[in-house]
Amino acid sequence: METVWFCLVAVMIAMYVVLDGFDLGAGAVHLFVARTDAERRAVLRSIGPVWDGNEVWLLAGGGTLYFAFPALYASSFSGFYLPLMMVLWLLILRGIAIEFRDHVQSLVWQPLWDGVFSLASALLAIFFGAALGNVVRGVPLDRAGTFFLPLWTDFTMGKDAGILDWYTVLIAIAALATLAVHGALWIALKTEGELELRARRIAARAWWGLAASVILITLVSFQIQPQLKASFQARPWGCVFPILALAGLVGARLMNSRLQELGAFLCSCLFILGMLTSVAFGLFPYVLPSNSDPALSLTVSNAAAPLYGLKVGLMWFIPGMLLAIGYFVYTYRSFSGKVNLDDEAPY
Amino acid sequence: MDALTVHRLHFAFTVTFHYLFPQLTMGLALLILILKTMAMRTGNEHYNRAARFWAKIFAVNFAMGVVTGIPLEFQFGTNWARFSKAAGGVIGQTLAMEGVFSFFLESSFLGAFLFGEKRLGPKAHWVSAFLVFAGSWLSGFFIVATDAWMQHPTGYRIGGHGEILLSSLWGLLLNPWLFWQYLHNMIGSVVTASFVMASVGAFYLLTRKHEESGRTFVRLGVIAGTVSTVLMAFPTGDGQVHNIVSNQPPTLAAMEGLFHTAQGAGLVIVGQPDIDNRRLDNPLTVPNALSFLTYQRWKAEVKGLDAFPPDRWPDNIPLLYYSYHIMVGLGTIFIAVMALASLNLWRGALYRSRPVLWLIMLMLPFPYIATTAGWITAEVGRQPWLVYGIMRTLEGSSPHISAGNALFTLIGFMGIYTILAILFLFLVYREIEQGPERPEGPLSPAI
Ligand code: HDD
Ligand code: HEM
Ligand code: HEM
Repeated sequence: METVWFCLVAVMIAMYVVLDGFDLGAGAVHLFVARTDAERRAVLRSIGPVWDGNEVWLLAGGGTLYFAFPALYASSFSGFYLPLMMVLWLLILRGIAIEFRDHVQSLVWQPLWDGVFSLASALLAIFFGAALGNVVRGVPLDRAGTFFLPLWTDFTMGKDAGILDWYTVLIAIAALATLAVHGALWIALKTEGELELRARRIAARAWWGLAASVILITLVSFQIQPQLKASFQARPWGCVFPILALAGLVGARLMNSRLQELGAFLCSCLFILGMLTSVAFGLFPYVLPSNSDPALSLTVSNAAAPLYGLKVGLMWFIPGMLLAIGYFVYTYRSFSGKVNLDDEAPY
Repeated sequence: MDALTVHRLHFAFTVTFHYLFPQLTMGLALLILILKTMAMRTGNEHYNRAARFWAKIFAVNFAMGVVTGIPLEFQFGTNWARFSKAAGGVIGQTLAMEGVFSFFLESSFLGAFLFGEKRLGPKAHWVSAFLVFAGSWLSGFFIVATDAWMQHPTGYRIGGHGEILLSSLWGLLLNPWLFWQYLHNMIGSVVTASFVMASVGAFYLLTRKHEESGRTFVRLGVIAGTVSTVLMAFPTGDGQVHNIVSNQPPTLAAMEGLFHTAQGAGLVIVGQPDIDNRRLDNPLTVPNALSFLTYQRWKAEVKGLDAFPPDRWPDNIPLLYYSYHIMVGLGTIFIAVMALASLNLWRGALYRSRPVLWLIMLMLPFPYIATTAGWITAEVGRQPWLVYGIMRTLEGSSPHISAGNALFTLIGFMGIYTILAILFLFLVYREIEQGPERPEGPLSPAI
């Protein structure tokens, strides 16, 4: 039962990254892709009806983590206190920037919010990457299963590494590259003309950075976290996850240059899902490894809630998520196709 | 300041700020639904215009609710780690259900509601308004269920290591405390929305702009407000008092400023609690009324604070006492104002009666004050418990977060929320200034 919930939480988080990932990525490249006010409005319109729903995956994923693995929730959220709070601030600023930008027509107001939106989106991609890096690297858990990390110390990987060390920074850069490509492909899919061309070009360029960083982090991660190798050796079928990721990565490139926008975007989704499921598979049964003493690590069994809660949880979770997926299909279908700025204005 | 105090202020500040927005959206969702229904029934485009205007205000509020709500969900883990670890298996359920059942619903259909009036046609647009309403009221349900469990835990058992385990999901969702708390709280949000709508309408009538809309707003606001303010006192407020009487007796004594157990206890209208001398200064009381309200007998015995050991007393009795009296006092004033307004409405004189319109317009901030005071009553009244009777507040905070780190983030939130508040007021005022009858222009691209 713990394993079922481990998979469900992993899928929720992966869905969050895929979905909110494209609007974060669109934000990260916003200033470069869209030059005129109309273009910028087009980018915002492309994510307007969906970004909040995408962010709900984070909340629902967080809530699911909370009741299925309370010890993990408590330990990681308090341990990563400062960066998490900054993530919250960035989420606030970003949401406000999207919502408030077009309430006032002025040459200061809009550029201000465009800047806030873009910067906050890029920083969020970086923070999420660093968080993932920390989970793979492990944290200094104590006997109570808790820890507290400063933001940074000396950027080395030693016993008192901070949240940012060279490894986690590397993952953060890879995450930014991933989401930049993902977001640019989304913009290419949803817009037309100059904007679409530019988005495609940016995706193509950033792809090289992405490919290089993926190779690098894969090599380094296997060095740093021995559990990854152990998992793939013990259960070789798990290699489907990295293979899917690789297929997605290559596919995104090919489809983008063949102007198959939808295909390229879906390949990018596949790449992200593949990468995250590979990490989850590789770390299992750890959910938060300790970097000082492996015996102190949090695992699916010692972090999970007791059986009754997990069982009744499934009873409402499955129908609830089916409904939610239904709404998503409905929303994405009713806003499918390219953005048209002359379309009816929302209020 | 020690770390615990900072953690408490941190949560109190962020949740109080958050609740300013959902209370309007939840109530307004209902009123917008009513406007949409009237538009369908009468075929009068005027009601659709009104609905569209309020949808704009709704959207700005909703955005604020979303961005200030996300931090709360995380703060259970960041600032209250020991509480989360111990009780996460229980309250994580309701918090996750809120995400799965209501936030997905709300966020998906708000998009359809705001962007899709033409695309969807009137029926489907009405349905999307209904789903937004349902989503926000469900969201209120799950979050109030979470709070109700902390006030009056049910459906749990204590495990071998002192952890709190869920033993019955229905026990959690059908908590008897929850019934009155949910109704009281949701009707409170209708009070807020009614006053806001009536107040904006009164503003239009007083400034002689958008008068047709102004009359609609005043009418709907006053009718909904009259019904909801009465329901606040009876039966829902009364129901809340009974919850407390039977489950948190020291809290009742502190709320009422009753230091000494008494038969035929009086109901305090004003007076200042003096904790050191255990008495109330300058009291003005209605004799025997408290006994009657709590037990329906004039001479019934009501336990005062002296009946409980001081370590079970709420730790901030004056704050609790004042916030409770502010809520109830305002509640009484609301009933009076709404009664006066409906009387004028019924006689057909309201739209011309400037003093009454002035009064309605100036009432705008008071429902917010009442709801905030109500929540402070509930939360301070729960002290010193984090989960009533099972876990003390000082056992719940995160172990490794120093006061310095927590203060840093509290100050950060204060800074950001100050900016948000300014922007919010600025934008809402602009919307109100422009009014419902302005031509459609290029507007918000988002949500
Ligand atoms: C418009 C706002 C408003 C008004 C006019 C009232 N209330 Fe209220 N009250 C609330 C808004 C509110 C609230 C914000 O909705 C609270 C906070 C927690 C809750 O569930 O509802 C609340 C809580 C609350 C509590 C505390 C419950 C607890 O400890 O959990 C009591 C005892 C009452 N109310 C009783 C009353 C009475 C007797 C009123 C008589 C007029 C009244 N309220 C008017
Ligand atoms: C229904 C959802 C709510 C939940 C689950 C909740 C939960 C909590 C928690 C965990 C704390 C910190 C622990 C403590 O000090 O006891 C707290 C404190 C507090 N909350 Fe709430 N709260 C909710 C709603 C609200 C609202 C809407 C308000 C105000 C408008 C509010 C006002 C406060 C205050 C003032 C405190 C500080 C009390 C004190 O420390 O003495 N709460 N609440
Ligand atoms: C500790 C307490 C609370 C937590 C953890 C919390 C959490 C959240 C979160 C995460 C959101 C954003 C949802 C989105 O992205 O769409 C939100 C919005 C919302 N919250 Fe809260 N909330 C709390 C208190 C309350 C209370 C007391 C109520 C009302 C009874 C409430 C009602 C709502 C509603 C209706 C929304 C939808 C947005 C809006 O209408 O402004 N919340 N909340």
